[in-house]
Amino acid sequence: MSDPVLIPHDPPLVRNPGPARMLRPSVFWQIAEDLPPRLSWILMALSIALPLVLWAIVASSGLVKSLFLPSPAQVVTAIHRLWVSGALPVDIQSSLLRIMGGFALATAIAIPLGTLMGTFASIRSLMEPIVGIVRYMPATAFIPLLILYFGLGELPKILLVFVGTLFFNTLMVMDSVKFIPKEMIEATYTLGGNRWQVLLQVILPYIMPGIIDTCRVNMAAAWNLVIVSELVAATEGLGRRISVAQRFLKTDEIFAGLIIIGAIGLTIDILFRLLLRYACRWSVKA
Amino acid sequence: MHLEIKHLYKQFSARGNTIVALKDINLHVETGELVCAVGASGSGKSTMLRIVAGLEQPTAGEVLVDGQPVIGPGADRGMVFQSYTLYPWMTVEENISFGLKLQGASLADRFEQACYYMGVVGLSQFAKALPRELSGGMKQRVAIARALASQPKILLMDEPFGALDVQTRETMQGFLIDLWQNTGTTILTITHDVEEAVFLSQRVYVMSARPGTIRQELVIDLPADRNEAVRRSSTFQDYRYAILDLLRQPVAVGA
Repeated sequence: MSDPVLIPHDPPLVRNPGPARMLRPSVFWQIAEDLPPRLSWILMALSIALPLVLWAIVASSGLVKSLFLPSPAQVVTAIHRLWVSGALPVDIQSSLLRIMGGFALATAIAIPLGTLMGTFASIRSLMEPIVGIVRYMPATAFIPLLILYFGLGELPKILLVFVGTLFFNTLMVMDSVKFIPKEMIEATYTLGGNRWQVLLQVILPYIMPGIIDTCRVNMAAAWNLVIVSELVAATEGLGRRISVAQRFLKTDEIFAGLIIIGAIGLTIDILFRLLLRYACRWSVKA
Repeated sequence: MHLEIKHLYKQFSARGNTIVALKDINLHVETGELVCAVGASGSGKSTMLRIVAGLEQPTAGEVLVDGQPVIGPGADRGMVFQSYTLYPWMTVEENISFGLKLQGASLADRFEQACYYMGVVGLSQFAKALPRELSGGMKQRVAIARALASQPKILLMDEPFGALDVQTRETMQGFLIDLWQNTGTTILTITHDVEEAVFLSQRVYVMSARPGTIRQELVIDLPADRNEAVRRSSTFQDYRYAILDLLRQPVAVGA
């Protein structure tokens, strides 16, 4: 049997312990708890409204010349003007097509490649070093090459979006495979499943929410790249619109372009969230 | 059905040290038996079960199912894990029939089997529920039904009730006894819970730790109909203390 534990002396005294300290309750600062929905909505509305109000105040105060900071009303007018003239719909359409093309291509490769890399350590060892290196090369640095190879048409712009999102998509899809419990794969083997079935019928459905989320997050990068490609050389597109506006000192149109890009980005984000909710009901918190 | 483990050894190397997890394990399970291997953590019992399932390879020795050596996992050895391994995107019904789907059964067959086994585990009214809507005990019942639906020769259970609270655990033990009696399934379970081992088993293998060996085999001669009265009987307690004493025996120095 074990020896009795000897306690050499009393534990050291804590000086001036004072009244017991307790954590005070808080709604706003609570950690890892849900906010009351009402408060949540109010805060989210403030998040948009506050910068807007601030902008309106600064613009109307005369502190900044309206040449540099147009008022919200001027920007709304600019958006309306560009929309009616037909320029804005064309810009939106061409930017969107480039993004969709490049991103769809990147996703079509990233999903199978990332899943294979996440599933098989062999494929990971084979692919991760090269993907890891190329990922660190800024996609925009490929622009000169893309222009040299493919000229100034649509192809280099689509390829820029493709190059810039492929590797991030691949690595993030790969990472989502990590979270599948090993026992779930083993249970499938003991049910008679082979590796191919595990890949297609267990791993793929399990990481589907991760794939959708990856697309949602990397869509922002795709916007970045398409705008850059249009700033360099394009005849239409939202990036082109902004660079032309700069040349003619039309700050209101620059703002209009930025706001449209933000609005479209937010819409796409929400669409992906809805897709997640609809397609992967099991993974969404009820 | 005849499961036999013959002279099984398993060694791991960790940071240059060789650890003997299993040393000369010999064990057998016959048709319709419910056998438990009981041991403390570190006795390698989980590793042993995983080798039987084909999820790990032995260093030496072999596992035979009906004379055929085990080289990898297969549907002839169903397994229930301690952690919840249900597919979270599938309903209870889809989970239960998934093994049959993997084996290429028709939709009608799968539906029929799923209905049958949902009835066996008493979850028919939860056919369309997702795993996250179930309690821990219900999840394990689905896991058992899922393993049984593939009609394995033997059901392997790795601390199947280890994650459950005491009340649910006792209910599930009664459930497993009933299921075993009604279906005639051959079962090999491992557990660290001595009472559970005595309550469930016809035979118990007591394992000692570091290295994992089988210290003794005990035949549990209790009435086939295990209930709370049996659990409180003095014979039951005698078995319990006998196993606890075996588990407490110090390991010989140098072993």
